[in-house]
Amino acid sequence: MERIPVLNVENLSVSFSQYAGVLRKKQIEAIKDLNVTLYPGEIVAVAGASGSGKSLLAHAILGILPYNASMGGRISYCGNSLTSAQAQELRGKEIVLVPQSVSYLDPLMKVGPQIRKNAKDKPSREKTLEIFNRYGLAAETENLYPFELSGGMARRVLISTAVLEKPKLVIADEPTPGLDAAAAKRVMEHFREIADEGAAVLLITHDLELAIETADRIAIFYAGTTLEEVQASDFAEGLKLHHPYTRALWQAMPRNGMQVPKGI
Amino acid sequence: MKKWMRLFLKKIMRMLLLLLFVSVGAFLLVSLSPVDPLQANIGQTALGALSQEQIAKLETYWGVNEPLMERYMVWAGDFLRGDMGVSLLYRQSVSSVIMQKLLNSLLLMTFAWVISGVFGFVLGVLSGMNRGRTIDKAIKCYALLTASTPAFWLALIFLLLFSVWFKLFPIGLSVPIGMEAASVRLSDRLWHAALPALTLSVTGISNIILHTREKMIDVMESEYVLFAAARGEKKWEIFKNHGFRNVLLPAITLQFASVSEIFGGSILVEQVFSYPGLGQAVVTAGLGGDTPLLLGIAVISAAIVFSGNFVADILYGAIDPRMRKGGRP
Repeated sequence: MERIPVLNVENLSVSFSQYAGVLRKKQIEAIKDLNVTLYPGEIVAVAGASGSGKSLLAHAILGILPYNASMGGRISYCGNSLTSAQAQELRGKEIVLVPQSVSYLDPLMKVGPQIRKNAKDKPSREKTLEIFNRYGLAAETENLYPFELSGGMARRVLISTAVLEKPKLVIADEPTPGLDAAAAKRVMEHFREIADEGAAVLLITHDLELAIETADRIAIFYAGTTLEEVQASDFAEGLKLHHPYTRALWQAMPRNGMQVPKGI
Repeated sequence: MKKWMRLFLKKIMRMLLLLLFVSVGAFLLVSLSPVDPLQANIGQTALGALSQEQIAKLETYWGVNEPLMERYMVWAGDFLRGDMGVSLLYRQSVSSVIMQKLLNSLLLMTFAWVISGVFGFVLGVLSGMNRGRTIDKAIKCYALLTASTPAFWLALIFLLLFSVWFKLFPIGLSVPIGMEAASVRLSDRLWHAALPALTLSVTGISNIILHTREKMIDVMESEYVLFAAARGEKKWEIFKNHGFRNVLLPAITLQFASVSEIFGGSILVEQVFSYPGLGQAVVTAGLGGDTPLLLGIAVISAAIVFSGNFVADILYGAIDPRMRKGGRP
């Protein structure tokens, strides 16, 4: 039986129109020909340099690109093409985003109400506490404001927002910056757990080491596109790397001698 | 609580310091002005009829030739005891003139302040939430138009339209002409204050709209609103859950800071409507060389404007959890 991918992104392109000068509009292509496929229960990492527009992939899937952006290509979700109306219907329920920092939380709203989207009913409150318990957060965390959270707590609170409902696709956008190795590893374990429960996890990261350790497959993102998609284990050993950039990246890793070839 | 007291005391100290500077500045300017204290006090004709001896006597009596610093200390000392001197034009104590005018002005300013605050906030939010749409363009257009309209000109137009042509409102003053003071009702006062207050609101509103709109746009472009959208919150939910509370804080600051603008605007508007408020009194005092009244009004208005900002600071601290709980802002 052929498995149906949870998410299949084909030839995705995202471009922005910007004013160059007073009247002339210019199109800037941030993403082009991007391909990535996710099956249930797996973690796929999209790894690339910081500031290269990886987050836009997340925003494109969720249908929350800024108003001056336009999108091309095809995104399908569970076998059907994902329209913007569907994305609006599904986001926050089946498709969830784990953002990169505490600045994605409303600074003036307490953590508890924020996680349950201001719902005041009893089941929602109980669910929040249950999730807090799962991630080792004290019940009092509910009444804290985002600025009162420590880095590690904030991370767990952000993950908590994802598991309020049962997601099929979790998009984690740089979930580990500012965390030490041990804390980052714990965070990745949480994502592995979510994947083991049957969801597909799209991990957007600049941390190649972390991607190799936790992801099943790695898509190398460079200059707005995915160069190639490899099994994490293959990448770790430097096998089956076809693209020169990918090979260079592999060589540049600390464990492989940190060599930077010329011309890259 | 201790932190609060310290903050409070710091603000009060700052206010006293400000009042000191304002009073020194005003006193200095007045003493540099060509107003001759003798002539202002007893009049041109009386001065001409006096002999040199009498003039010298009066000069010593009033301390005309005393050093500036000493004169200031005498004035400030009396001021602190509640004696602001006697107004030369009104022939009453300065404090009672200010009290009377201030009550008139406060009616006008509160009216304008509330109206411009409420409408400015609502329109600004509406505009910011619908950035780029027709409604945003219409509101922005209105705001820019009124922002570039001088208050006194608008006052004249309103006077012409509503009082002269349509005869809906009185043409000036704060009470009906020829009516006994005792029989003036509150409704009469409100009716007379309506048009000047409306003028003040219309010009004050644009500032509030444009600032609120900018803040709203900032909020709508923030990462937390993006995340809320990513979690499936609809536009109204986003406003209800995040937009309102985040735009309210700057709006409060803005609203109390706008006291100074309303105050400044009232001077022009009161002049056009012959409305006997503080603004008109200050113009009369300035033109008539009534220095005690001028000094009194300068200090009192500085205190009022400062109080506006002071209340904004206190409210901000009480509402914003980041300030309240002593975290980094």
